[in-house]
Amino acid sequence: MTERLRVRLFFVAGPVFFLLFLIAARDLPPWGQYRGPYGDRIAELSVYERHATDVVNAINYDYRAFDTLGEEFILFTSVLGVMLLLRREDVSGDSQQVEDRATMSETIRTVTVPAVLLTLVFGFYVALHGQLSPGGGFQGGVILATAAWLVYIAVNAQLYKRLTSHTVTEVVEAVGAGGYALIGLMPLAAGVPLLTNVLPLGTTGDVFSSGTIAWISACVGVEVTASFLLVSYTYLQEILAGEIGGD
Amino acid sequence: MLPFAVAAWLFCCGLYGLVSSRHLVHSVVCLAILQSSTYVLLLGIGFRVGGTAPVFADVPPGVRVVDPVVQALMLTDVVVEAVVVALLLAMVVKAYEKAGCVDPADLRTLRG
Repeated sequence: MTERLRVRLFFVAGPVFFLLFLIAARDLPPWGQYRGPYGDRIAELSVYERHATDVVNAINYDYRAFDTLGEEFILFTSVLGVMLLLRREDVSGDSQQVEDRATMSETIRTVTVPAVLLTLVFGFYVALHGQLSPGGGFQGGVILATAAWLVYIAVNAQLYKRLTSHTVTEVVEAVGAGGYALIGLMPLAAGVPLLTNVLPLGTTGDVFSSGTIAWISACVGVEVTASFLLVSYTYLQEILAGEIGGD
Repeated sequence: MLPFAVAAWLFCCGLYGLVSSRHLVHSVVCLAILQSSTYVLLLGIGFRVGGTAPVFADVPPGVRVVDPVVQALMLTDVVVEAVVVALLLAMVVKAYEKAGCVDPADLRTLRG
């Protein structure tokens, strides 16, 4: 099939799909008038049942925690896939040390150090307060990973490489993913179903409230941080193959 | 109705990009656009006029909120899209290394 034929076919099929979609959407509840009972029940109950004020995270890490466990392992296996696909056959380039030629200028140091610290504090804040306010492990993890990228931008790839030392990050990622699974398996020992919230729920509004939600969120945060570091490190190695492995 | 139309439009835009793509990285970006239509659709379905975010940290329970379930689904969606894009781009890098080209049309034949 040539490209022109393909595009012509699209201009037949595309509008047909668009029209059919609009006809189907006409029978949905009108926009802004959502009437699903499930979401409403959870929104009413999660503060009482789970002492979690952020209902979205109560769903992700408790009511539908099994789905999120699957999602977390999608993340895990995809990162594994990226690393396997982009692995370098010759590891000799890895062991070569390039001395840090680039020295940080005073200006960059003055700006970067507070920026990194601020990013870390903000990342931890978002990751650990998922049960109270918008945020949680996924969002916090991404923010934490950007702290390392700041180091890369400001200093050089070598320091970034040292910071995100491969094996350690891999282990941390596995600990994050495994931690979630372990928290999920823990209730089985008490004779209750998988991923039941068995920990003490604490006071609503407290950082240590909501039982397993906070812990699972923290585990996800660890895993997401490590995954993003691993993926970016793998790509960076691909891009900088000449710079790191060369001369 | 408009948000649903926007979702369908985004889907069609992404699909057109995929169909007419001449660069694999472009295809991956188009796939991301195509998938972003699901965000609009999900959030559009769960929206409620006058509803606030389903976070009861500063509003009393019982206040009219938008649907939290579709928001949780969307969070899943975003994460999966991010890693799928990462994986696909890795495949693009490999395809370029093996075949020496990034035009989908030149990647007809499978080579071992």
